[in-house]
Amino acid sequence: MSEPRFPTRISETDDGTVLFSVPFPTVLDAESLAALKGMAPIIIKQPYQIDYIHSFGQDSPFFAGLASGRLLGRFDPTTGYTYANPRGHDMYTGAETDWVDLTQRTARVHAFTVCHFGSEEFLPECPYVLALIEFEGADTLFLGRLLGPDPNAPTLDWIGIKVGLRFRRNSKFKPTDVYFYPLDAKEE
Amino acid sequence: MRNVYVVSGGVSKFAKARPNKTFQAIVKEAYDYTLADLELEHAQFIELVDGSVASYFSDHFARQLMAGIMVQDYLGLCPKPGHRVEGGGATGGICFQEAWKSVASGDMDICLAYGFETMSHVNTWKGNEFIALASDVSFDYPVGGFYSGYYAMMVTRHMKEFGTTVEQLAYVSVKNHLNATYNPYSQKHERLTVADVRAAPMVAWPLTRRDICVMSDGAAAVVFASEEGLTKLERAAGRRLPRVKVGGIGRGTDAMRMADRPHQSYDEFVKRNLLPNEDTAETRAYYKDLWDGGFRYPGVHSFRAGRMASKAAYARAGITDPLAEISFVELHDAYTSSEIQTYEDMGLCRYGEGGPLAASGAPFMPNLDYELEFDNGRWRVGACPVNPSGGLIACGHPVGATGLMQGVFALWQLQGTIGKHFGDDRLQIKNPRRGAIHSHAGTGTYVTVSILQKEA
Repeated sequence: MSEPRFPTRISETDDGTVLFSVPFPTVLDAESLAALKGMAPIIIKQPYQIDYIHSFGQDSPFFAGLASGRLLGRFDPTTGYTYANPRGHDMYTGAETDWVDLTQRTARVHAFTVCHFGSEEFLPECPYVLALIEFEGADTLFLGRLLGPDPNAPTLDWIGIKVGLRFRRNSKFKPTDVYFYPLDAKEE
Repeated sequence: MRNVYVVSGGVSKFAKARPNKTFQAIVKEAYDYTLADLELEHAQFIELVDGSVASYFSDHFARQLMAGIMVQDYLGLCPKPGHRVEGGGATGGICFQEAWKSVASGDMDICLAYGFETMSHVNTWKGNEFIALASDVSFDYPVGGFYSGYYAMMVTRHMKEFGTTVEQLAYVSVKNHLNATYNPYSQKHERLTVADVRAAPMVAWPLTRRDICVMSDGAAAVVFASEEGLTKLERAAGRRLPRVKVGGIGRGTDAMRMADRPHQSYDEFVKRNLLPNEDTAETRAYYKDLWDGGFRYPGVHSFRAGRMASKAAYARAGITDPLAEISFVELHDAYTSSEIQTYEDMGLCRYGEGGPLAASGAPFMPNLDYELEFDNGRWRVGACPVNPSGGLIACGHPVGATGLMQGVFALWQLQGTIGKHFGDDRLQIKNPRRGAIHSHAGTGTYVTVSILQKEA
């Protein structure tokens, strides 16, 4: 008998078995078929991994700024309303906003938390401090990491403290390329 | 818009994991309960129902796009019209309102809303990551994306602005956990003390594990009908059905990045956000004092979307004094703190008074012993029970089902059938006239408020 031109069997490889000892009746009769309704669920692991090609679009100069030691926000050229985050258009006038350098402005902690748990990606970094930062002259806040205070001794007194900005030397092109630390009296 | 009645509802058991069933089969549990309560067979209902709205939050959890149509198919609703809605944590509330719209607009006489989530398909920390992807992935998520962290920042600001205490937050946890012990559908049945809540593992300071809802597998379904639809269902069921109708709906939104929330002036707040019951010289003076002290609205301590949703729903339902005119509220307590924040958004008290309101006993069931001391000088214990079901904190939060679950529990309260459905009537509000359900997404990005009321 000659081999078929195209294979009629899937090739079985060494990784073909993903579950061992599958429970199943040896004889399929009415009783055993009915009993299948009581079978425990089969639960398998399904890996899923993907790399996205993510563009920062019109916000790209913000990340370029972080890589160059500058924190940029945007402002409405007519009203002066200032965002401590990149935002291409103003939410009130609808007009295109312009870039503004916030790096040297006085910054304070507006709200904070200490994360002792988190998303999978950040678990190794726990505990870490998240803080919303207010900048002098800005109408909105900026979310960042606060380093320096003891994460095991949080207090509401952290709200309002003046903070300085530091930039990562090796930029990751993430908002965490800038982070904050409490200024001591001398630095203030 | 036509009158819309909420006719029947069903909820599956909410659990940490339901590996014994696929999501379609879990929805089927809720659907079957809904029909059984109407005393209708599937074939009878299919002849009558005009279409559906499906609700689930995350394609990531299901690892399945188009899961809505898979449920539609499984339930036997094809080829009737249907669509899926999605709006983060408010997905179920949005579904409730979209089904209402289908009937109110005249597009359908009978509409089925169903929702589900199967969050057990990934580990908790991966689930947190999926949920955190519902924050800005360029600016919020990479900083340490974690919703409990976002809410904890709101808490610290609320505490700083208003003097809210962690003990006041814990009162909410004690209340909702105890309520849930009488709700067989709830995921958790725990009698806690304030000390238990504070001693639980810290998740995001100052929120402990007992301040935060859990991930769940579960489903819920609700049937809506016009006058004509109700007549058809009654003819098929051979009996008169209780009249519970939707008195009004409202929805609000706010900026995705919490950092972008405005800091409105007093005048702007009064113009856009003041509720009718707050429009008094005394309350205006109270707010003016807050603003003079540096308060800005909504900031990160308040949910403007929740206030706007409440304002619209109240206007449509004719509510001018929510604490007095709403018999109970099922609200989105993903966190104890967000329940307190929501008291304020919904006008059960003024901004800044949510903590004292919790500690006053006003949102508690008046007939249950929580073993707490209430400071009830200003409000009556049990004035307006909030989350009598146990809320998200104790029932669980299978996101797409949650807002519909609230609708089901509210319906049963207004029907007076809690005892029948729970097998225990201790959570039955006495002579309820009107209930509010509140569903909430993200850090307050989409919020829905719907009013259900008994027809006189």
